[in-house]
Amino acid sequence: MPEMSGTGEVRKLSYGEAVNAALHRLMEELPETLVYGEDVGEPGGVFGVTRGLRKQYGDRAFDTPISESAILGSAVGAAMMGRRPIVEIMWADFSLVALDQIVNQAANVRYVSNGRLAAPLTIRTQQGGAPGACAQHSQCLEALFLHVPGLRVCMPSTPQDAYDLLVTAVHSDDPVLVVENRMLYFGAKEEVRVGGAAGPMGGARVRRSGTDATVVTWGAITARVLEAAESLAGEGVDVEVLETPWLNPFDTEAVTAGAARTGRLAVVHEANVTGGFGAEVVARVTESGVPLSAPPLRVGTPDTRMPAAPVLAEALVPDAARIARELRALVRGAS
Amino acid sequence: MSERRLADLLAMWRIRAFEEKVRDLRAEGSIVGSVHLCIGQEAIPVGACDALEPEDALFATYRGHGWAIARGVPVTPLFAELMGRATGVNGGRGGSAYFTAADHGFHGENSIVGAGAPIACGAALAGRFDGSGRAAVTVFGDGAMNQGAVHEAMNFAAAFDLPVVFVCENNGYSELTPIADMVRSDRLAGRAAAYGMPGHRIDGNDAEAVRFHMRDALEVAREGGGPTLLECVTERIAGHYIGDAETYRRPGEMDRIRRREPITRLREGLLADGVPAAEIDAVETRARGEIDTAARTALAAPLADPATVKEHLYA
Repeated sequence: MPEMSGTGEVRKLSYGEAVNAALHRLMEELPETLVYGEDVGEPGGVFGVTRGLRKQYGDRAFDTPISESAILGSAVGAAMMGRRPIVEIMWADFSLVALDQIVNQAANVRYVSNGRLAAPLTIRTQQGGAPGACAQHSQCLEALFLHVPGLRVCMPSTPQDAYDLLVTAVHSDDPVLVVENRMLYFGAKEEVRVGGAAGPMGGARVRRSGTDATVVTWGAITARVLEAAESLAGEGVDVEVLETPWLNPFDTEAVTAGAARTGRLAVVHEANVTGGFGAEVVARVTESGVPLSAPPLRVGTPDTRMPAAPVLAEALVPDAARIARELRALVRGAS
Repeated sequence: MSERRLADLLAMWRIRAFEEKVRDLRAEGSIVGSVHLCIGQEAIPVGACDALEPEDALFATYRGHGWAIARGVPVTPLFAELMGRATGVNGGRGGSAYFTAADHGFHGENSIVGAGAPIACGAALAGRFDGSGRAAVTVFGDGAMNQGAVHEAMNFAAAFDLPVVFVCENNGYSELTPIADMVRSDRLAGRAAAYGMPGHRIDGNDAEAVRFHMRDALEVAREGGGPTLLECVTERIAGHYIGDAETYRRPGEMDRIRRREPITRLREGLLADGVPAAEIDAVETRARGEIDTAARTALAAPLADPATVKEHLYA
């Protein structure tokens, strides 16, 4: 029997099931929501995340042509007219063919109309590396969208956040990009509290307490950072892991406070290093004037294209061993 | 009959007088930046907007001043917007290329060629669920017919029978380049067949013809018959933007354009039907008077307040 309470119920869900539960809940509680995109209706999505919506909500959940500009542009227009579209871009890489509708259109609606129009749409997508993923199905593009004022961006890595952040995103009156990860969809089931009130945007999660360094991370690589942190703990290196699933708004205060406590800062992301959001995090902490006992560290994928062969891709994306090595050097000094 | 044509004439003169005033204000520096005038194309918005209902959604382009005016957006806040005034229709945040007045059923200009077409599909889609009976109209130039987003939108609207009217203002030039050089067939309405929707190539310098076809298309759309493409053939009596040297014009071209432009044509038609010249000329005088007053009022308003510049980015 699921545990019931005034703030919802607890269910055992995988990350993908948590997204699905959030979509069902949102379709139920917000009649103005629509769910659409490529293969999301009858097939229930290529990852099964939108399963059951078409059956339960009929025309409010539907399949579209392979037309990202039409999907995103129509979401902007429907949102202007009072709907809350939740559209899926199957791979973040595919958003690039329709960036106009995100950057020039969705992000501008409220501002250039002087607040006379709004675009409360949610764009769900997923990104990142996976074994055998090729160059156009593996990029981590969050920094592109974080450069765009007017958009909100989040990247959940746990089933609970996958549920909560989507609920918050759809309740928001601004365009929100929710970046999921297909490697997480089919992960272990965890206890997820569903059905509670929509939470506020923003905030950081202390995934591990520590005193020697503050490691900021987001997305699927959070698990590797935690693995690295645990292995370092055995050597007497004790790092704090701060996950920031909300990237816009970003909880700069939590990060700065962490860096002030530990005196060292590292940012780990799966995206490549140059122009990555890690650079922004380092800049914000540096500008805050928090004294650091070591230069801040960025760990990410090298600036190169992504190869298809797993053995090649694995040589690029930071794994727990590399993350541990770099964090060890940050805390103990380069050896 | 002549009453409606006189009303069309007044509506067209309001747009033309507005645009000519904008040109003057731009020349004297009261308006700065890129401005795209619709002089010569006035019959299309005048005929089309007459067929729209208040709940309909209209998406125009950066050459959209005439569409805003024809949709009933008051001209004083439009001038104020162009002059960066606090009283501007969008408080100075939009400018010439982003007039937006949803309360008048005008859902905005757009300065990305073709971008309004997918957005209009969404407005039409919303109407399927909100019980409004809304149809959506998206306006774009001949150049936009070569944009991927327009193709995607036409197919999207057609596949789902969405109530969208695609209005292509074919003025012969994609910015500075003849459309005929950029396509195999410059009968653009012919493309509609490929999407399984009706397409009509019509005289865009005749407000009555535009009104007739627009009503028809809207009726089909509202009855669930899906989208229509209207190619409204017209000509620009202006550059692509203010300052365009128009070196692409051929000898005698502008003289020919001026003989068949919509206001001249309607005036000649009214004269031929026995409407007194004084009555016809009074229409121009009235429109210019309204426009002059509006421009003066806008110019006297305070500039937008820089202290508010960060407002309206997020909810």
